[in-house]
Amino acid sequence: MTAVIETQDMPVGHQGPPLLSVRGVKTYYGNIIALKGVDVDVHPGEIVTLIGANGAGKSTLMMTIFGSPQARTGTVTFDGRDITRMPTHEIARLRIAQSPEGRRIFPRMTVLENLQMGASLDNLRYFDEDVERMFTLFPRLKERAAQRGGTLSGGEQQMLAIARALMARPRLLMLDEPSLGLAPLIVKQIFDAIRDLNRNEGLTVFLVEQNAFHALKLAHRGYVMVNGLVTMSGTGKELLANPEVRAAYLEGGHH
Amino acid sequence: MSAEMERPVAGPNYAAAARDAVLAGVIALGVFGPLIGFKTEQNMNNQLVVENRWGIVIVIVAIVVIGRFLLKAFVFPALVTRKANAGPASTDESFFKRNFKTIGLAFLLLYPVIIVSMLGYQQSIKWVDNFGIQILIYVMLGWGLNIVVGLAGLLDLGYVAFYAVGAYSYALLSSHFGFSFWLLLPLSGILAAMWGVILGFPVLRLRGDYLAIVTLAFGEIIRLVLINWREVTNGSAGISSIPKVDIFGWITFNVADPTYIGKILDLPPSSAYYKIFLYYLILALALFTAFVTLRLRRLPIGRAWEALREDEVACRSLGINTTNTKLTAFALGAMFGGFAGSFFAARQGFVSPESFVFLESAVIVAIVVLGGMGSMVGVAIAAAAMIGGTEILRELSFLKAVFGPEFNPDQFRMLIFGLAMVTIMVWKPRGFVGNREPTAFLHEKKSVSGSLVQEGHG
Ligand SMILES: Nc1ncnc2c1ncn2[C@@H]1O[C@H](COP(=O)(O)OP(=O)(O)OP(=O)(O)O)[C@@H](O)[C@H]1O
Ligand SMILES: [Mg+2]
Repeated sequence: MTAVIETQDMPVGHQGPPLLSVRGVKTYYGNIIALKGVDVDVHPGEIVTLIGANGAGKSTLMMTIFGSPQARTGTVTFDGRDITRMPTHEIARLRIAQSPEGRRIFPRMTVLENLQMGASLDNLRYFDEDVERMFTLFPRLKERAAQRGGTLSGGEQQMLAIARALMARPRLLMLDEPSLGLAPLIVKQIFDAIRDLNRNEGLTVFLVEQNAFHALKLAHRGYVMVNGLVTMSGTGKELLANPEVRAAYLEGGHH
Repeated sequence: MSAEMERPVAGPNYAAAARDAVLAGVIALGVFGPLIGFKTEQNMNNQLVVENRWGIVIVIVAIVVIGRFLLKAFVFPALVTRKANAGPASTDESFFKRNFKTIGLAFLLLYPVIIVSMLGYQQSIKWVDNFGIQILIYVMLGWGLNIVVGLAGLLDLGYVAFYAVGAYSYALLSSHFGFSFWLLLPLSGILAAMWGVILGFPVLRLRGDYLAIVTLAFGEIIRLVLINWREVTNGSAGISSIPKVDIFGWITFNVADPTYIGKILDLPPSSAYYKIFLYYLILALALFTAFVTLRLRRLPIGRAWEALREDEVACRSLGINTTNTKLTAFALGAMFGGFAGSFFAARQGFVSPESFVFLESAVIVAIVVLGGMGSMVGVAIAAAAMIGGTEILRELSFLKAVFGPEFNPDQFRMLIFGLAMVTIMVWKPRGFVGNREPTAFLHEKKSVSGSLVQEGHG
């Protein structure tokens, strides 16, 4: 197979100051260190992906950005503001939205109510409009609007988790393994939706993924995390072509 | 495979039922024979003598045998047939179900009128007071706690503390300063809400079992303070002759007053008027609780409560301040407990720490859980069943005929309460009304049929 793979070109905002900037972040669970000094930048309009093996610290980084757990040293800056010590709900109010690991939708609430919760920040001001957008993006959710979240299929739950995050009209969308446990067709649907949102609305996305091939194809840039440290970074194309990345994350699957 | 084989046998099978019944009888004899059949009594010489009570044993075994036979021969087959026909049949009986709230409300409003017209004023007292008021107090407490436990999912085992705060606030402030009920009602609510926040702060970080234990301790602390702070609360002797409620000073319920209701309306003196008035008062308070809760469920704070119950971490990452959300749940729940408490004090005319033991908290939690954790109608049904049921027990004097004159059904209250709870939880594991009613709907009423969106499909 040749190394010619179609990837994303750099977006316009790349040259300016980063929207999200993580500097020298160390995070501990009790005495155990999970992040050992991590630097990551996300520029406006970019899709940035973070790949790495199980237990590398990807979810920990995402949650550290969200202030739970907080970084012990280092800084997290969003749009020029230091958010390292902010409580989670205030970080969310800066319009950082998240589809966390395990999706965490509200199981006893209906799809529509879950979306309502996503729109809490604006007190439902744009609710009707935004719900329509979500239903266009994920038509499955419209069919299931009155169904309880807990009874949705895994893929539908993932769509709901992303849609709920988007309801907050985020400036930065963080997704933790949106492809986990999903059929290839659904993964493609979800990744296409992310690409469309990025192209059409300039949405900035930080994507944690195990599915390295698809993630690197989708992303403008990527980081590779090993054992709580970022060991490599580059454009999606560079990382896809990198022999080390290929050996560790791409060989033997995903194509 | 033929469908015939799969069909459960619907008709009664008497032989099998009889066999089963005899077996159950033998087991019952084995269990109850030694347990109930013998009783040791001290005679005049202080010796223990064994007394036989075979009569009771025979009655019990007979009940078991007949009961088991009826269950096996008729009830179970009927249940099977009903399940098989459940689909279309259930839409027919739904007139009652659909209008349950309206019918229930109308009944509650007319209840004293019905009772009085059937039994007259004097005889109505027992039914209005012991059943009506007593049940409605627990409905109100259930609805108040429902905010904390049912909606916000914070297991509070010390709810009775707020009930006590409300009751003592009214008792103390009305007997010492002569303030009227209408001033003290909101004040007790505010004081109780304040205590709700005071309890809320330290337990903010706790969840589940830990929260339950701390709230339980809080309930006991309040009770112990009431017992030991004698100078103020008069200790375990309690506070008596708490003033009655009046109707804004225009109409009173003390026979001696010139504004006594009997004099104003030209009726013979009777304590029934006060009971009927209290009935409508607690009904109004309970409905107020329901109204506020229903409204709040549609507001951001109510949605936040329910989301908090489901997933606290997700709530925070959606920008919800979980601290404030929890505190408002505690405060509001406590406030309604406080209202109920001041009503309780006014109704009894006497309060003592005895009324605020842990058992009360447990009963209220049980009502919320049996009601289905969050359902208002469910809580009302559960309160009526549990409190009404235990009250009815006092009335069952025919049990004395069966079990002998010393049998006091009151002693078995908790036993039967427990049995009923177990039965209900087995029969309806998610409470009387386990299905949560959604609060958001699509504007265009798309004809998605109700049965399609029920849980379980998908
Ligand atoms: N709450 C916690 N308490 C203690 N240790 C934790 C906790 N959460 C994560 N860890 C540890 O931190 C390390 C990083 O975990 P993290 O969840 O960030 O990995 P990940 O890269 O997201 O892995 P995966 O791809 O499997 O999701 C792991 O060794 C994990 O065991
Ligand atoms: Mg992870």
